[in-house]
Amino acid sequence: MAGNVWVLAEHWRGRLSDLTFELLVLGRELAVGLESRLEAVLLGHGAKDLAGSLGAADSVLTVDHPSLAEPNPEAYCLALAALVEERKPRSLLVPLTNVSADVPSLLSARLRISLSNFCRDVRVVNGGLQARCLLYGGKMETTVAVPGSPAVLGILPGSRAGSEARVDRAPLIEEVEVALPSEGRVRFEKYIEPAAGDVDITQQHALVSVGRGIQTRDNIALAEELAEALGGVVSASRPVIDQGWLPLTRQVGKSGATVKPKLYLAAGISGAPEHVEGMKSADLIIAINTDPQAPIFTVAHYGIVGDVLDVLPALSEAVRARKGIHA
Amino acid sequence: MALTTTEPAEAATEITLDNLLESPQGRNLLTCIQCGVCAGTCPYGDVMDYPPRRIIGMLRAGLIEDVLVSDSLLHCVACYACMAKCPRGLRLTEVLLPLVKEQVFSRLPEIPAELQKALTNTLRYGNPMGESARKRAAWAKTAGVPIRVLSEDPRPVDVLWFVECYTSFHPRGQDNSRATAKILHALGVDFAILGNEEKCAGECARLVGEAGLFETLMDYHMALLHKYKFSRIITSGAHAYDAFKYEYPSLGFDHSVEHTTPFLAGRLDSLRPLLTRKLGYTVTYHDSCCLGRHNGFYEEPRRLLKAIPGVKLVEMPHNRINSVCCGGGGGGMWLDTYFKAKGRERLADRRVKEAVGTGADVLAISCPYEVSRFEDSLKVLGYDKRMVVRDVVELLAEAMEGAP
Amino acid sequence: MNTLVLMKMVPDIVEELEVGPDGKSLDLESLRLIVSERDDHALEQALLLKERRGGSVTTMAIESPDIDEILFTALAKGSDRAVKMVGAEPPLTTSEAAALLARVLPDVPNLMPVDLILTGCQAIDDLDGLLAPILAEQLRIPYLGVVTGVDAETGQGRATVFKEYAGGVRGEYAVSLPAVLGIQAAEKPPRYVPVAKVRSTMKSRTIDTVPAPPRDETSQLEILQMTKPEATGRAEMLEGSPEEVASKVADVLSARGLV
Repeated sequence: MAGNVWVLAEHWRGRLSDLTFELLVLGRELAVGLESRLEAVLLGHGAKDLAGSLGAADSVLTVDHPSLAEPNPEAYCLALAALVEERKPRSLLVPLTNVSADVPSLLSARLRISLSNFCRDVRVVNGGLQARCLLYGGKMETTVAVPGSPAVLGILPGSRAGSEARVDRAPLIEEVEVALPSEGRVRFEKYIEPAAGDVDITQQHALVSVGRGIQTRDNIALAEELAEALGGVVSASRPVIDQGWLPLTRQVGKSGATVKPKLYLAAGISGAPEHVEGMKSADLIIAINTDPQAPIFTVAHYGIVGDVLDVLPALSEAVRARKGIHA
Repeated sequence: MALTTTEPAEAATEITLDNLLESPQGRNLLTCIQCGVCAGTCPYGDVMDYPPRRIIGMLRAGLIEDVLVSDSLLHCVACYACMAKCPRGLRLTEVLLPLVKEQVFSRLPEIPAELQKALTNTLRYGNPMGESARKRAAWAKTAGVPIRVLSEDPRPVDVLWFVECYTSFHPRGQDNSRATAKILHALGVDFAILGNEEKCAGECARLVGEAGLFETLMDYHMALLHKYKFSRIITSGAHAYDAFKYEYPSLGFDHSVEHTTPFLAGRLDSLRPLLTRKLGYTVTYHDSCCLGRHNGFYEEPRRLLKAIPGVKLVEMPHNRINSVCCGGGGGGMWLDTYFKAKGRERLADRRVKEAVGTGADVLAISCPYEVSRFEDSLKVLGYDKRMVVRDVVELLAEAMEGAP
Repeated sequence: MNTLVLMKMVPDIVEELEVGPDGKSLDLESLRLIVSERDDHALEQALLLKERRGGSVTTMAIESPDIDEILFTALAKGSDRAVKMVGAEPPLTTSEAAALLARVLPDVPNLMPVDLILTGCQAIDDLDGLLAPILAEQLRIPYLGVVTGVDAETGQGRATVFKEYAGGVRGEYAVSLPAVLGIQAAEKPPRYVPVAKVRSTMKSRTIDTVPAPPRDETSQLEILQMTKPEATGRAEMLEGSPEEVASKVADVLSARGLV
């Protein structure tokens, strides 16, 4: 009998991540294909109630320890290594967000087991695992045969629809004791919140989001104009935030916010996976980019090949006209 | 750092800020009479802490270090106004300013991000936009006329057309290139382009103080040009024209070089019969700094415009030697965010207001930077329905189409 | 505060990438290499730390095309020393590179111990893992990733490290030294160094070299094929002038009650 398929249940500040549920759906498929069981692994401190939401798994292994209270790669790795060595799962699926993205590497190096990183899909083929991994900013996909058991796989957002895993079923919960040092070499001190006073882009119903294609800080005014006409606000991808043209609170994507507005207008954004992760669930996605091959066009509902500096003002005018507003 | 003398006929001498005062140019600078015309004519004169007059004064007083640690000289857009008006004829924009700006640039604690990106891109990709060099000649496929690329067909050619960056990559620049190609083809000019082998001429990098980057590009092009046989170079880039004319001779470049506008003006007799379509435009012409003040090509673009049937030419109050720079030279093309943060008015805005004031419907230009800068200003100021920007070659090509 | 910065070259994705004849790797003809973006930030963070706290910065890389220019640029920016590991047969996966580096570091004359090892938190070709955590494990020293700020008073034996989370939130951590940090962003954008300075550095400075130890680990992953990603879906493309397109968009928005 093959070992089990494990999913690292990722949580942050009291909430399980959406990506965890996507991994449970993926994990279930693999478990079926491998004729084994799906188990979720929940590491934390005082986080046991989260286990109840993991009913898509056959069982949940929980480890509770003070050093696991906040994300700590060292403590996570020690706990997981102990569990993996003891239980010998077939594979461990880890969500790739800022919280857990380095856990696969630590574990793989510590236990000398294989790691397949940046997976966008995993399948069972002839009794083994094959992963499709996205490299080079999403421009190439590498199919790998995943060797060995246990094997660690780092999974990108978007492989499956997570909603299927949000079930009411109560899973079997097993509390496991793991010996962890009380004083680690990496110690969480506190969180530092972003400067207050700016808008919360996750609460907006319309976002006009700018990327490198906006070219200069001045041109952001064109996006602001459209946002105002639409009754929304301006957000941005990483390169714009990095330049300091907009505050961190406006960032959409892996290191920013995940947004689900009714309208997401991606202006001059290429659509790299790190950004798409933060906006792919928007109800209506319209993308403008000069490059017809830009990856954003695979997630957008409507696409325009053009220069945002021309299209944004035209859109502002059309929207105002439709609303009966005159600039 | 190395700077060459500007008469192509003289041998190159290495002048640095240190030995400047011992050189003929330096001694010349010491004849400055401190009249202040330079400061008065500088488009950013009201915010320029160190106009040429003060730089020379500080040089004389041994206080040049104060100038070099100030970032004020980033405002210099290399418009040649100070040099053109100097009653002593001192070579300010040609000699003094690049030397000083190179030192200023290397002392800046932080390079403004947009400028840094443009320079890094130019070094790596051969263009400030950061586009792949392999796409540089892609515009030629949509030109509608055959365009020979020397790397594919290296036979000798009469005219090597150095297209330049904005005219290769920017959509409005590509309009310019397609128009130029159409005209050259109609005139039966034997021409070819370097295609993807071409890189930025780097003149604006030089003018902002990145002499090392300029030299890297110059070395590259000299080696490239040696591969091919051609009689002369024409270029769409006004700054590229200056580079070939004034800097490249120091490495032995001895071909004739012309900017496309005066080149076409020299062929007006052959061109005129082709201008069959009447354009009912009132046009005002903006004299670019390089072509105009620096090289004196004031009448050539005007002769071309007047040759277009139906075109009525009106002048802005500041025309010819008094033209107001669009703000794109000397690195200004990539310093708009920086200037905005300092509360400076965009020079292009200033100029566009004057253009609109003439009542013309078309603002004609002949330097590729001007198109996007003036079109931006028209949009921002809300005049984009009243006036459009067209390169002289675009108007010529438009006048060449058959009657509808 | 003595810092080691590790840098590498990756494919430049500004260029079109093509699959090579073997169907499993990139076509080398169309490939251009560029320094990994996060590694540039790691270097910048190291230089900022040196400016703030003193000490030295050593920049190291594994030999690869165009790496010399990167190392000379690091020297021109203020790195005190540059070291290149030579003789390892390419290609190296990230975990293979980490294994070699972990074994070679003690052999680099006058290098170890260092207080901090900084490298980019991830690179676009990290198929079999990230360098920073793997190296930390192999050296048995602590690690933290997605770092956007570091400070350490000399002699304290620990650093204050800031890690980036979603929504602009940062986590402050105390990390025992020596440690490996995966840098997401330096406190300031990577600095510019004039071309002339890099060229003169190439003439006046040298890059130390150290021979690669024999490889004993190879990556376990078996690459079956490499392809351009299939578009999982495609947007409905709207054509026309900006005005025409804008009108079509307004129609769509109107139909959904958004305007």
